[in-house]
Amino acid sequence: MANLKSIKKRIVSVKNTRQITAAMKMVSAAKLRRAQENVVAARPYAGKLAEVLERLAQSQESDASPLMVKRDGGRALLLVVTSDRGLCGGFNANLSKAAERFIKERAGEFKELSLMTIGRKGYEFLRNRHTVRKHHGNIFSTLSYQTAALIAAEVIEGYLAEEYDEVYVIYNAFKSVMTQDITLEQLLPVAPKADDLEEQATQYIYEPTKAALLDELLPKHIEVQIFKSLLESLASEHGARMTAMDSASKNATEMIGKLTLIYNRARQAAITTELMEIISGSESIKG
Amino acid sequence: MAEKLKVELVTPYKKVLSEEVDEITATGALGEFGVLPGHAPFLTSLKIGELAYKKDGVMVHMALNWGYFEVENDTVTVLVETAERADEIDLERAKAAMGRAEQELKSLTPEDKNFRIQEAALERALIRVQVVSKAARR
Repeated sequence: MANLKSIKKRIVSVKNTRQITAAMKMVSAAKLRRAQENVVAARPYAGKLAEVLERLAQSQESDASPLMVKRDGGRALLLVVTSDRGLCGGFNANLSKAAERFIKERAGEFKELSLMTIGRKGYEFLRNRHTVRKHHGNIFSTLSYQTAALIAAEVIEGYLAEEYDEVYVIYNAFKSVMTQDITLEQLLPVAPKADDLEEQATQYIYEPTKAALLDELLPKHIEVQIFKSLLESLASEHGARMTAMDSASKNATEMIGKLTLIYNRARQAAITTELMEIISGSESIKG
Repeated sequence: MAEKLKVELVTPYKKVLSEEVDEITATGALGEFGVLPGHAPFLTSLKIGELAYKKDGVMVHMALNWGYFEVENDTVTVLVETAERADEIDLERAKAAMGRAEQELKSLTPEDKNFRIQEAALERALIRVQVVSKAARR
């Protein structure tokens, strides 16, 4: 029976697909654990650095570093962090759309907006719609602090050369395996959290000087911010892929069940017809 | 010696150290310094250099790469890009890196952009070798 055979074939093919999605899920789960550990490991560093920065920035009104001065040129740079690979649900599409929305909403405010994309998917989505100044691809498989430092150096260089006046970063922050939060942060100019006016209890000894320390610390701060967003994005990506592959495997199982049912019915129908033919045949011989 | 310093050393990758120590020395922007319990609040940047701390009478040496050093209320926070304990350092590799950097430096002029990079590489390698030899002498 041609029909029976084709159903059988589909069952086999869906089973193969399920095997692949199940394997991808396992791989993502393993990678997710690693990525999650990295996110957690990077948090104390980022937190402490922010603390030090705040303390330094507080009583620093005069001759602020160029990285903290607000300029009103109205040219902005947006860093869009997506993944290099697909098959992770709405992960990249959601982020690209959010970036698009941001660009539209703030179109009146900015005279000019250029993009820097990190991750192939975002680049492919945005390159035909907006000016992409620079694209970094293929960094997630070997993500290290150095990568973030390089990107940061580039961003800062452009900022100091006054190619843009504000820098934002948009990325998927890791909330849990199931959920990612699209987060938009301002990188430059650096705006430390609002000064609480209370006098500082302890007077620090600064070596060499406060201004010199701040000058050194600000680029570090940018690096850490970028590193953090890359790590978060990577963890989110694996989380998203794991969830997507999990539901794909579930769907495949469901589909196999349905197809098997159809297959069995068709088989039974075929047997019944055959039996009928045999019976009616023998009846006619008897007669 | 009832008083101790609580030291936390973190890099972007992990928390390297979280211990109570008796004293700690490091290389700051203006030179080497030591911290004992009861030190005044202090904040400095660190150069590529050595960090050593004493715990229960045992000195431990580490090689550091760029960072920050903060003391407050007998709590020391060290933020660095990389930190390696003496027993984690690959001496052969460090020596090879030292030779390589020296070679490169000879062919470059101080104005070259790569000069600083190679100089830093040489410094790092030197510190690593130094840290290992100090730890070995102990």
